[in-house]
Amino acid sequence: MAGPGKVLKPPTRPPKGLRKAKLETPAAASPAVGEPTATPVAAALVPLARAGGAPAAPAPKPTRAARPRSASRRKFLNDAFAIPAWLTFFSGTGLFLLGFIQRFMFPNVLYEPPTTFKAGFPGDYAVEEFSQKFKELYRVWIVREPTEIFALYAKCTHLGCTPNWMATEDKIKCPCHGSGYYRSGINFEGPTPRPLERVKVSLADDGQLLVDTSVHYQYELGQWSLPGSNLKYS
Amino acid sequence: MKDTLDNLIAKLLDLALNNQLVRSMYKTPWPTNRRSRIVTMLGSMLLHLHPTRIPRTGLPVGFTLCLGGISFFLFLIETITGILLMFYYRPEVSHAYSDMKALEFDVPFGILMRNMHRWGAHAMVISVWLHMLRVFLTGSYKPPREFNWVIGVVLLTLTLLLSFTGYLLPWDQLSIWAVTVGSNMGKATPVLGSEGPFHDLALIKFTEMNDARFILLGGRFVGQGALLRFYVLHCIALPFVAAWFMAFHFWRVRKDGGISHSL
Repeated sequence: MAGPGKVLKPPTRPPKGLRKAKLETPAAASPAVGEPTATPVAAALVPLARAGGAPAAPAPKPTRAARPRSASRRKFLNDAFAIPAWLTFFSGTGLFLLGFIQRFMFPNVLYEPPTTFKAGFPGDYAVEEFSQKFKELYRVWIVREPTEIFALYAKCTHLGCTPNWMATEDKIKCPCHGSGYYRSGINFEGPTPRPLERVKVSLADDGQLLVDTSVHYQYELGQWSLPGSNLKYS
Repeated sequence: MKDTLDNLIAKLLDLALNNQLVRSMYKTPWPTNRRSRIVTMLGSMLLHLHPTRIPRTGLPVGFTLCLGGISFFLFLIETITGILLMFYYRPEVSHAYSDMKALEFDVPFGILMRNMHRWGAHAMVISVWLHMLRVFLTGSYKPPREFNWVIGVVLLTLTLLLSFTGYLLPWDQLSIWAVTVGSNMGKATPVLGSEGPFHDLALIKFTEMNDARFILLGGRFVGQGALLRFYVLHCIALPFVAAWFMAFHFWRVRKDGGISHSL
């Protein structure tokens, strides 16, 4: 397979260091021939040092390239500086990415109903009314008793299902395991260990009921006597 | 000083390697010769992914330019960022576009993840093409590697299909009309397309309600059906098939004589 490609093979190129020296200092290239002590690498370094404003390089030292290649590489790998440096670099980069991902998981906007809402005027509720108006969106029943009005959180205290209001039986019943509560929220049957929780009610500036589902009042802790747990009618 | 350091390193290595956790993962002791190194590599799930030995001429990066590795790396980036994007994206006509916008404006680093996914996809298409070009120019497709070239062509097609299906998901005007145009090619499928060549030779009559394009779009036009189908293809079906072919591809590289190198 002696094609013309073999015949036109280009001549061998000079070593890399020499080529560089020739390119950067055409004037210095020819005197370099007269300096047998200067290695190609040192010759290339001299113009670089001059360009940086540093004084001219002193007598040429033995270079890295002069040592056996494998030894210098092993030296580098064993370098007490290089290993911690690479470890720092990769762990730092990894931690940064993990930080991005961690922050990514907490969005700045939630598409959920707010925890505070206005539930109309107290006069909108008839005495003895058990209102389911806000259960769907806010998980809260508004209960109007003869002397007070309060907001009952519709979350079973057994395992957290949403119970149902059974109007004909005048009780709250959980479909999951049968826990039952009176309209006051006190439990009377089923596996639940404690009454339902109430959430904070207050009056807004415009006189409407203001419900805050982030503040809870537990009967067994005596919190149903606290001011936010209900509104008294005088 | 040097001896103290060496002693310290040896002690730390001993502490890190000779405990029950490491011993349970690596059945063989710390390899000290060529044979035990090979046995350790082959006996470990993670290490066996690497070749037990590579030719000296396979070390310089200039021959392969690591283009296959870059493609695989980009695939991993696409997988990680894609999973993250799935946390905030719903493939519904009513939500897709606003979810994409929410990723850009509401989610911290959401715009970074989305852009990494998008630019990574562009870069992957480019690197796969360049990988193919390199394999062609270095003659690495020649026997015994000719079947791995075929697998590579399948992987190229899968890369392009992943790009095409992902293109629809932002659900903006650009993606809807681009996929409208692209999927119209399905009509021209031979035999199986309602307007393709030989469609009248098929045993049943293909219309726009039952031809190849309908299967792709799940409807007569790019709508909810198409969005959901492209989403499932993009997030589950195509990555799964691509990962399988990649494993096959890498395995064949090993079996066909290791990494491509100058002779």
